[in-house]
Amino acid sequence: MTPEALRVRGITKRFPGVVANDNIDFALAQGEIHALLGENGAGKTTLMNVVYGLYKPDEGQIFVKGDPVEIQGPKEALARGIGMVHQHFMLIPVMTVAENLMLGHEITTGLRLGPLAKVDRRRVSKEITDLASRYGLEVDPEAHVHQLSVGEQQRVEIVKALYRGAEVLILDEPTAVLTPQETEDLFAVMRSLIEQGKSIIFITHKLKEVLAIATRITVLRDGKVVGTTEPSKTTEAELARMMVGREVLLRVEKKPAQPGGQVLIVEDLQVMDARERTVVRGVSFSVRAGEVLGIAGVQGNGQAELVEALTGLTPVVAGKIRLMGREVTHARPRIFTETGAAHVPEDRHKHGLVLAYPVDENLILQTYYLAPFASGFNINPKAVDANARRLVREFDVRTPSIETPAGSLSGGNQQKVIVARELSREVHLLIANQPTRGLDVGSIEYIHHRIIEKRDEGVAVLLVSSELEEILNLSDRIAVMYGGEILAVIPAEQATAERVGLLMAGVRETPAELIPA
Amino acid sequence: MDDVFFVGLLSLALVKATPLALGAMCGLMCERSGVINIGIEGMMLIGAMMSFLGSVLFNDLTGGELPKTISLLVGLLVAMLSAGLIALLHARLSIHYKVDQIISGTVINLLAVGITNFTANAYIDPNHLAGVGVFPVLEIPILSKIPILGPIFFAHQPLVYVMLILVAVVQYALFNTPWGLRTRAVGEHPRAADTVGINVLRTRYINVTLGGVLAGMAGAFLVLQSVGRFQKLMTTGRGFIALAALIFGKWTSVGALASGLLFGFSEALGVRLQLGDVNELQALTLLSGIGIFLLGLVWLIAKLVRGKDDKRSLALVIGTPVVGAVMVASGLLSTFPKIEIPIQFLGLLPYILTILVLAGVVGRAIAPAAIGKAYEKQ
Amino acid sequence: MTEPSEAAPRSRNLPGLILSRISIPLLAIFTALLLSSLVMIVSGTNPIEAYLALAEGAFGTQVAIVETLIKATPFILAGLGIALAFRGGLFNIGMEGQLFVGSVAAVLIGYSIELPPVIHLIVALLAGMVGGALWAAIPGYLKARTGAHEVITTIMTNFIALRVINWAIGVNGPMRAPRSVVPETRAVYETARLPLLISDSRLHAGIILALLAAVVVYWLLWRTVIGFEIRTVGANPSAARYAGINVELNIVRTMAFSGALGGLAGAIQVLGLAPYNFTTGFNVGYGFDSIAVAVLGSIHPFGVTLAAILFGAMDAGARLMQLRTKVPVDIITIVQGLILTFVAANQIIRSIYRIRERAEEGPVKLSELWGGRG
Repeated sequence: MTPEALRVRGITKRFPGVVANDNIDFALAQGEIHALLGENGAGKTTLMNVVYGLYKPDEGQIFVKGDPVEIQGPKEALARGIGMVHQHFMLIPVMTVAENLMLGHEITTGLRLGPLAKVDRRRVSKEITDLASRYGLEVDPEAHVHQLSVGEQQRVEIVKALYRGAEVLILDEPTAVLTPQETEDLFAVMRSLIEQGKSIIFITHKLKEVLAIATRITVLRDGKVVGTTEPSKTTEAELARMMVGREVLLRVEKKPAQPGGQVLIVEDLQVMDARERTVVRGVSFSVRAGEVLGIAGVQGNGQAELVEALTGLTPVVAGKIRLMGREVTHARPRIFTETGAAHVPEDRHKHGLVLAYPVDENLILQTYYLAPFASGFNINPKAVDANARRLVREFDVRTPSIETPAGSLSGGNQQKVIVARELSREVHLLIANQPTRGLDVGSIEYIHHRIIEKRDEGVAVLLVSSELEEILNLSDRIAVMYGGEILAVIPAEQATAERVGLLMAGVRETPAELIPA
Repeated sequence: MDDVFFVGLLSLALVKATPLALGAMCGLMCERSGVINIGIEGMMLIGAMMSFLGSVLFNDLTGGELPKTISLLVGLLVAMLSAGLIALLHARLSIHYKVDQIISGTVINLLAVGITNFTANAYIDPNHLAGVGVFPVLEIPILSKIPILGPIFFAHQPLVYVMLILVAVVQYALFNTPWGLRTRAVGEHPRAADTVGINVLRTRYINVTLGGVLAGMAGAFLVLQSVGRFQKLMTTGRGFIALAALIFGKWTSVGALASGLLFGFSEALGVRLQLGDVNELQALTLLSGIGIFLLGLVWLIAKLVRGKDDKRSLALVIGTPVVGAVMVASGLLSTFPKIEIPIQFLGLLPYILTILVLAGVVGRAIAPAAIGKAYEKQ
Repeated sequence: MTEPSEAAPRSRNLPGLILSRISIPLLAIFTALLLSSLVMIVSGTNPIEAYLALAEGAFGTQVAIVETLIKATPFILAGLGIALAFRGGLFNIGMEGQLFVGSVAAVLIGYSIELPPVIHLIVALLAGMVGGALWAAIPGYLKARTGAHEVITTIMTNFIALRVINWAIGVNGPMRAPRSVVPETRAVYETARLPLLISDSRLHAGIILALLAAVVVYWLLWRTVIGFEIRTVGANPSAARYAGINVELNIVRTMAFSGALGGLAGAIQVLGLAPYNFTTGFNVGYGFDSIAVAVLGSIHPFGVTLAAILFGAMDAGARLMQLRTKVPVDIITIVQGLILTFVAANQIIRSIYRIRERAEEGPVKLSELWGGRG
């Protein structure tokens, strides 16, 4: 009987205030794809960081091929044949693929000068090309990483692990940045790797994928193992229940939409990014009161710049934006806010909050200059106080006090502060950009609930998300963005994951398939 | 203005550029590995003082029996060591104690001023310590006899040659050796470097300390290759100009040298014009006219190549070379009016140039991506 | 470095709050004095004697206290200026130059025109503030428009100011006092001079202005709309932009306010101290030392005031210390540098004295905008 590729026994890892891994037992059989499933914060990435040597476990043991090992760092993990492809790529954009791959293990030629010897680029290039073709992965060693697409970068990460002799591959949320088609490609690569004798741990929170590709599934919740099962023996609903510990509503209950007048009209919008490339190419759409328009698409297709243009943060090169009948194409952010736009930003730490500020000051971030918070030059501390108490209660923000710095709150509560602030104004348009990224299931449910509530109150909602499930769940109409363009706008009833997925990958529909929205 | 004027000017420019290039390379070592260093000025100052003290004390210790050059070399080594230690302090503060790197650099500058002023007032000045002299000029045989190029490049004191060699070595090493690869990785994406087993903190410590050694060399230059004695606050902002040179040179040592030459040229010009035998305003008009013309030419070509994508207005792109050409033409007139420019104003050239360079370039220059953030090893 | 949470301290637990804020700086001062005493011992002096002389020279007699207050005044104002800039996310090392420009502007108004008594003083002070504000606004504008980092540009403006002013009071300079053998300007008219608080002493009304300024800066930062904008830009420029705040305007405005405080400091120096003119060597060093004052004072107006008085005391007492114990006055600069080091790297103090860090304190993040992004 072949020994297990990897086993961990009794792994416990504590951080200040939380036990991230609690006495975990987990085994990876040789030649299997073992999915590690859990919601955000369950401890999956922590466990794998322990295995890869980035963290030291407080208790427990690791066995590789049956032998107990101590892994002090990534170098040893790799020496033991454990390789990791991180969720956020560990690649250096300005360097070439070859340079990235040889980093830390540089092959040198010529005089033996140690760290000052000459790097043997040609040999490394050749080794990479040979290796990649052996596994059917195509990479160009001389390409600079920043020129590669996300899918290509992921391939580079896999080759990087293989180049170092990995037998066990840990893939951390690899499909978060892929279209459904790219995900299929990745699954094909995974199967091919298994055939070549590798074993894979696949970390994810996506139930459908797990059922599609895994040999076995282990569910983590709150740092503990809940159970291990096989795809044939379980269902999505049961997995979700194991992940969260209670019944989970996989779809939000919502009444049909009652759309009203057009709140936001976008015509032929063109926006450039910081490097002066056109990333939004002539986009047109509209959002009506009382409906949710979801913009689906893999990150990096212009959505971020589109939203920034729609909130006045980035200048518009061409086209028009009309909000509540008012021309706001080149307006500053304040005009958007005063005209009734609310924005839940993608990066809550960068745009949404001032982490050093207490909760009450964060809650008046856009309105500090208006009555009742300000009169003339001065700010009224009492009004700020009262406002904060009211909102914290109304939106159920869990915080020790209204003077606690926002940086001390959990991700979900930080998002609630932002949502509370945005929705406490008079709002006609709500732009929600990746509103539930990185949040626990409870917070996700809450935010989805609030979005639908606003929609039913007559607010126009523009939802931008790379989580296809979320888009399909909440939207009344779905627009798909690819390469800076909107490829199609389809009503929710006619949207399936396959159809939207194809669009997300840039496959345009023939006229017969297009039904005007 | 004739050949001799220009040759002398360019030779002096290379000399003046040396401490700037060395200072910029100090900044390069630090910033390429992700650590901002605004304490270059302080490190240079310490290097200057210690080079003086080191050479003088060694000379006294050996009773003046050994050739002066040996004492000077000892002074140089002492300077490099002391500045390296100061840099180690900066590294410790910003890497281990995670002090904001700009504050940490300011601490270095303040401490350096305090220590050097104190030592000068308490020890150097009261004892009227006289320096041991300066490094002799080393003329490279044959090469220094080449007309024009010879005196400009091959007839200098040794530290100039050392600087040129270091520029080449660092440029090569940064892009072709494991050290260079790892340093750049740590400066761009320290977590990625960490995950392949590179010791991020140790790499930063080493690079910052080596950078300090270079700053010490720059400080030693000011004493051992220039005035031969230590004066309080003698760095007069060179450490900061070196930073601007680093940014302008896009964080490469060759770029640092080129920018250093530009700033060194402005300083040399200021010095040379103070002699009063040349029409200052005319010289300034002519030379800045050449500069403006070349800049305008570059902008014009860029606009022609990139077409609509280039954001500069047509007026700017045509106007600038025209203005430059007019300035050059008028600068060549023999009837150019002679207007006295005060000495102090001539000394302003490097500072004004620094501001212009920063204003024109910084927005477009991309620093190493992970610069300025303390690295948290989890 | 200890950075207080951005909100104004609530009055509920004021004594406890002050105690926790003050413990680190106090320990830093104590440790710095301890280390410096080692230097003294090495050069053969008794540190106790030296520090006693220092204290006596600072507080021992009425003359001493007056000297302390006089020397503290520019520290208070310059320290406030730096603290204000810090709060706005900016590092104004150009205090030195702004002080010079303020002095020169005030002196110019003071000796070149004639105005009725109180008005002349006010106009001269205002000239100083405007001069300092404009001089600081230049690097501020460059930063806002082009991203040129103010650390370098302000140092450059320092040197430019220094050289231009040296020319102006130099041998053929336009501001040189006629028939003077040293570089200096004429004295300002009596109508432009600051009144004395105690006759026959050196104590001028500048200290009142400085203390008033501290209160004004406090009110500005935490009780006004402008202050909210300044602090938000300093804490998170991206969020500020999204909140509708004009970040570029605020950068220039914050630098201008900061420079105005520095200019006021310079103006008070020429208008308050005999011989009521401007010479070289004037005000040198305040620019950098006020950074230490600001950091020691936790970049809070009240802390800055206390820190400034401490630094003023050290400067005032140093002369007596040198007289009695032969310790050179420059040791004070080293003490001040060490204090700054320990306060900035408060973890050193924490680990020596075993103090735990509280959750909301964290490092000031000035380095964010270094690389041309923002």
